[in-house]
Amino acid sequence: MDLLEYQGKKLFAKHGVPVPEGRPATTVDQAVSAADELGYPVVVKAQVLIGGRGKAGGIKVAKDQAEAREYAEAILGMDIKGHTVNELYMERASEIDEEYYAAFVFDRSAKKPMAMFSKMGGMDVEAIAETDPEAMRMLHVDPLIGFQDFHGRRLAFEAGIAADVIRPVGALLAKLYETFVAEDAMLVEVNPLLITKSREVVALDAKVTLDGNALYRHPEHADLGDVGAADPQEKMAKERGLTYVKLDGDIGILGNGAGLVMSTLDVVAQAGGQPANFLDAGGGSKAEAITSAVEVILSDPKVKAVLFNIFGGIARCDEVAKGLIEAFAQIEPTVPFVVRLDGTNDKEGRALLAEANLPNVHTETTMLGAAKRVVELASETSGAQA
Amino acid sequence: MAVLVDNDTKLCISGITGREGTFHSLNNRSYGTQVVSGVTPGKGGQDVEGIPVFDTFHAAVAETGANTAMIFVPPRFAADSILEAEDAGIELIVAITEGIPAHDELKVYNHLKRNPNVRLVGPNCPGILSPGKANVGIIPASFFSPGNVGVVSRSGTLTYQIGNELAQAGFGNSSIVGIGGDPVPGSSFIDIIELFEADPETELIVLSGEIGGDAEEQAADYIADHVTKPVVAYIAGFTAPPGKTMGHAGAIVSGSKGTAAAKAEALEAKGVRVGRTPTEVAEIAVETLRG
Repeated sequence: MDLLEYQGKKLFAKHGVPVPEGRPATTVDQAVSAADELGYPVVVKAQVLIGGRGKAGGIKVAKDQAEAREYAEAILGMDIKGHTVNELYMERASEIDEEYYAAFVFDRSAKKPMAMFSKMGGMDVEAIAETDPEAMRMLHVDPLIGFQDFHGRRLAFEAGIAADVIRPVGALLAKLYETFVAEDAMLVEVNPLLITKSREVVALDAKVTLDGNALYRHPEHADLGDVGAADPQEKMAKERGLTYVKLDGDIGILGNGAGLVMSTLDVVAQAGGQPANFLDAGGGSKAEAITSAVEVILSDPKVKAVLFNIFGGIARCDEVAKGLIEAFAQIEPTVPFVVRLDGTNDKEGRALLAEANLPNVHTETTMLGAAKRVVELASETSGAQA
Repeated sequence: MAVLVDNDTKLCISGITGREGTFHSLNNRSYGTQVVSGVTPGKGGQDVEGIPVFDTFHAAVAETGANTAMIFVPPRFAADSILEAEDAGIELIVAITEGIPAHDELKVYNHLKRNPNVRLVGPNCPGILSPGKANVGIIPASFFSPGNVGVVSRSGTLTYQIGNELAQAGFGNSSIVGIGGDPVPGSSFIDIIELFEADPETELIVLSGEIGGDAEEQAADYIADHVTKPVVAYIAGFTAPPGKTMGHAGAIVSGSKGTAAAKAEALEAKGVRVGRTPTEVAEIAVETLRG
């Protein structure tokens, strides 16, 4: 789960990582009154989950109220690389002397947290690596011991920062690590980490990704993320407890098990089709869950055909068939369905479908056959509409 | 021969008294696995269809000689249960639980690594099946028969799909090992491939990977340097968009890292054949075995 800048900064502040004072705003009036409270000059920042906001015109410094209003009006609703700006963050302007980079990442390869630090902040990690690979200093932290003072010293000395900020940078890194662990983050990144004209150390930006599996111990995180930008189907699926990811195509997909569903998307793409979604109905796929999932898939108006690819293990094919039959009774779909049932209780499932004789439901016995069939049906549907 | 679980496995289940825990424990027992005990704190002294339940792993090990643990408790209790099993001297811990926080997995992994006598498989995995010998987990055993193909996979149902296609061609399995779909698996592809390489019954290894992390790339290097048996690979997630978690917590393309294309390329560069579909994986395996 990716957080907006101001949400990340709130977590930073909670753990003592210094951040400039600021206020979020969703309307122009809110933005202007926040700016008045903070005092001028003030920075008007678009809150979107995409990099390059500054270059896209999503970050402006306002010297007075008139400018704050002008920029807030311009930036709210702006499109930045496909992301609509629904929220602003109004922040007291900082005087920049130097820009560093600091991050803790979840290194899956080493299976340890990794600290990253550079004095070449302000540009992205790839650019730093390209300009001067030696400039990015990295080390692993033993998660059983945590971030130690020597880690901070080593990063600071190796990066070659000025002597006067070595201690405060080390202190900030320790607090950033605390945020990373205590908030169950997969990533905390500060770019730039600012050294002000008065030589104070401040996190000027915040990029935080939280672990969705740890939400149970952070109920306060439940509403974070760019809620306004959520896709309607993804929102609907989340409310129903379904694992759904929206894609660009027109073939709805339902399967059981993450790997099999990913594989189904690939096989459909190889057959010349474009999947509309990823939907893992899960191991326990009961009839009601299947009905509910079909509703989510069909609520996407782009969907022209639907593929069910089930290999029953814990999931039982007869339950899946019952769910599909119930979905037809409730929502009377108009698009064709291709159903492939294999595994636990497959014969019972196929028998139920044969008996129900649902309109425009085609059964296939293999995964490849089913993928080809659904691609044909989807293109016929497009032809008929065109 | 087989790897990890066999006739000598003595299984103790953490969470045996829960609905799913009971169901799968009994399933494993009816397959022929020696299910010797279960652990549910506060329910010591009870039994589940004759399987004695203990309050602690320590008591279960002392009383029943359990050498293998299966973890079936909810995510918030799972890390603790794994650590308890290790502390009690269990050698193989199979964690089925999905949804354990990643930072808990980091701590467990780094702690267990200091004990050379323990191995963790999972979490978020379907378990291990050695056809004809033992089943520890939730793999539907009826689809698989004894044979010479070793399978190691990050996904459950995809494994069943590939295994079923092999079975239809007349080939069975030495063992099927689900290493799980989380960011910090206790055992990697390399750990399991090393076991298959040493297992005389295994003649061919199927590696089923997916997007996220670099475990497949690491396996490619390992295979080139250490594995003499043929390996056939499959990678799921070519169509997965970056930044989206595809069902498994570990299945995410981060920026340009962890893509299916990069993994397939890394494997092919080291001479591992990669099937484009599960069907093609089975076809390549069959062709290789028939020589």
